[in-house]
Amino acid sequence: MKQIRVFFILIVLLLLSFYSANAEEAVKRVVLKNGIVLLLQERHSIPTVVFSIKIKAGSIYEPDELAGLANLTADILTEGTKNRTAKQISEEIDFVGGKIGTSANADYAEASLSILKKDINLGLDLLSDILMNPAFDEKEIERERSQTLAGILNEKDDPGAIASKAFSKILYLKHPYWRPVDGLEDTLPKIKKDDIVNFYKKYYKPNNTIMAVVGDITLEEAVLLIEKHFGKWEKSKVSLPKIPSPVKLTNKNVELIDKDLTQATIHLGHIGISRKNPDFYTLIVMNYILGGGGFSSRLVEDIRDNQGLAYSVHSGFDARLYEGPFKVTMQTKNENANKAINAILKHIEDIRANPVKDNELNDAKSYIVGSFPLRLDTNSKMAGLLSLIEFYDLGLNYFTEYPKKINAVTKEDILKAAKKYLDPKNYLLVVVAKQKEAGIAK
Amino acid sequence: MFLLKKNFIALIIVLITISSQPAFAKKVEEFVLLNGLKIIAMEDHKAPTVTFQVWYKVGARNEATGKTGLSHLLEHLMFKGTTNYGKGEFSKIVAKNGGNENAFTGRDYTAYFEVFASDRIHLSLELESDRMANLLIDEKEFQLERNVVKEERRLRTEDEPTSLVEEELYAIAFKVHPYHSPIIGWMSDIDSITRNDLYSHYKKYYIPNNATIVVVGDFDTSTLIPKLKEYFEKIPKGEAPAKISIKEPEQLGERRVTLHKEAQLPFVFIGYHAPNIGSKDEFALEVISNILSSGKSSRLYQDIVYEKQLALYAGGNYERISADPSLFYFYGGLKPGKTTKELEDALYAEIERLKAEPVSDRELQKAKNQVEASFIFAQDSIFYQAMQIGQIETIGVGYKYLDTYPDNIRRVTKDDIMRVAKAYFTEKNRTVGILIPVKPNGKGQ
Repeated sequence: MKQIRVFFILIVLLLLSFYSANAEEAVKRVVLKNGIVLLLQERHSIPTVVFSIKIKAGSIYEPDELAGLANLTADILTEGTKNRTAKQISEEIDFVGGKIGTSANADYAEASLSILKKDINLGLDLLSDILMNPAFDEKEIERERSQTLAGILNEKDDPGAIASKAFSKILYLKHPYWRPVDGLEDTLPKIKKDDIVNFYKKYYKPNNTIMAVVGDITLEEAVLLIEKHFGKWEKSKVSLPKIPSPVKLTNKNVELIDKDLTQATIHLGHIGISRKNPDFYTLIVMNYILGGGGFSSRLVEDIRDNQGLAYSVHSGFDARLYEGPFKVTMQTKNENANKAINAILKHIEDIRANPVKDNELNDAKSYIVGSFPLRLDTNSKMAGLLSLIEFYDLGLNYFTEYPKKINAVTKEDILKAAKKYLDPKNYLLVVVAKQKEAGIAK
Repeated sequence: MFLLKKNFIALIIVLITISSQPAFAKKVEEFVLLNGLKIIAMEDHKAPTVTFQVWYKVGARNEATGKTGLSHLLEHLMFKGTTNYGKGEFSKIVAKNGGNENAFTGRDYTAYFEVFASDRIHLSLELESDRMANLLIDEKEFQLERNVVKEERRLRTEDEPTSLVEEELYAIAFKVHPYHSPIIGWMSDIDSITRNDLYSHYKKYYIPNNATIVVVGDFDTSTLIPKLKEYFEKIPKGEAPAKISIKEPEQLGERRVTLHKEAQLPFVFIGYHAPNIGSKDEFALEVISNILSSGKSSRLYQDIVYEKQLALYAGGNYERISADPSLFYFYGGLKPGKTTKELEDALYAEIERLKAEPVSDRELQKAKNQVEASFIFAQDSIFYQAMQIGQIETIGVGYKYLDTYPDNIRRVTKDDIMRVAKAYFTEKNRTVGILIPVKPNGKGQ
């Protein structure tokens, strides 16, 4: 413990949580000297360790004209460092059967490592190398750029991806959530090495980094190891651009995309909520009843089970740093598109107009609370959740608070929230289909 | 290859295509009830959860021409009511007890599962024993669900050009064996299946002596077994379905299929007939699969995606876990400006390299390390461990196979690799499927 004090003053070390009656180890949270927030849960049943890292370096921080910059920066990290070529990195991690990866989404960049305990030094050597010493070699940038462009082209065969991109673009107007994380065909070629280096320098800082660790490791071990591998990563001031909240659409907006398909892919919705919204828990329960709840939601029961219109129909609030979308998605054969859209709207209207039934409310709560342990039952699920809890600042009492908040939701809360957060008048409808067969009115 | 009733666990597909690495260091216990129902139980107390799975030995492999898709459609109807529980009640009961449930159909099996907090396992006993014996297939429900399955086919196959290529390829690689047909069934077959076809299929195959129950997780075996007997032993044994002995004849020359469809980029899919689990060559083929396509340092990624930049993605997969011999296949999605000929040639060059020169010591060791590491990582998930046991057991090898699997992989030599590459990756044993993109106006590229 002495060494820890020398290099890493433990600013905070507390917070126990017991989310089940089982003898699960408490989650510990420590802020290291260079600002890395470390969350750790010991699980010794198998000799592996999982790292889930989140860095506040998502695509919301890139400029419009360089859409795709955050993603390209994250992708290129594994493609060579000052000490290793891309091939050496993959060769070293593959040789021990481990996995290492980086990616970005709108809110954050991610890095992950899964490794056998015996190889943890190698794993952290690689992980720290890619995060601290990326080479940003021109040739690698070109290669990664052409991969990303080919990926964008390939997605044009995926009706779900087409609908999703069109939906965000129209819904978010000038808010950065309009941009696809992988960028655009006309912005990717404009990204220069300097842009990547500057983006990296601005955001990839230890004090902008969350590290969740789950597995066969103690806090002391983890701190020593992280100190060894990340100790030289220097903290410096990070200023995250302030982004105004997105502006809601008014009226009904319809976007029809014609493609030679047998099915219509339907995305219908509007702007939803941020993760910090206190009504989040009420909306989880409401949405479960409407269209989030596996086999048991109203949308599935009506559209799939009673009308046989679709294989899958789903609704959800994508709660993010800023107000993410609320969306209902489904596919049905072209000719049934109008019927399906009307059914979706009817259910949105209904849940805004009438209180949910007692049994619906009770069933929803008991699923959401009862299935909570299933969301934590592997090391990677737990590590992913811990890093999210820290990123969205939900507090380590999350494990005890979550069931309490869900159980406290009433029918009145749901009705109020449905009225406030669902809007069957001002919404966006995107349909990718053979439009001649679908015949949707603008 | 299998289809899920619902689409929320895409993960399983990934797990199964990376194929089964052996799962357990823990004690597995096996019981057979008087009616022939086999039970395999493995306690794992690391989390307060349990998975209960019922595996029936029936899948697309058991279907006749004109009635393909029968097993998959029946899987859907298994949620539509029994003499004791109405339509949708199964799912409602599981959900309100905090459980997840689903089902999937493969070529060789149909499986049903629940995952619960450990104190809810009695629900699986009640509900799964009920639908093993008391399924009702209501005509109206059947008609509705057939439409749902047709939507599923449109979603996964009709509007998905690479899936269509795969479907076409299996259809010409297998002329005689039922692996010829897709699991979801041909569209016109889905249309021609009747309620009575489904009911006969159910009666014939959903019998205790044609099923295996796999339970993994936080439970006590000595308490569970008497309960399992109580719920399942009363279900009468049925007449064992006749064994399928269809053999695909040796392929005597390359077969090719092209598909013209609206798409952005061409796609290449190449299959070689290969032996299945139980063959002396399976371990060497599995090691080859790792060397070719496990991780970014693998040969196909390094050569085709990274160096030559011919493809957006490329890989290979050995369908080892299969009741009858299936395929070892290769695939790649082209990058703009590259031709399918270039990609085919690059894939063949990698295959020829396996035959011509021994793999390096390090590559061989890397493949073995990867297999062993997956062995350990797999133990993180009770669901995945139960899946492995269920699959291996259902295709007829027996779960004990998994115990010796790591040693068998360790024994693979460089010579084995060259020998099996020469034996199976031959031109005459090859079937090639090519997607040729058609522009939206109907003109070819």
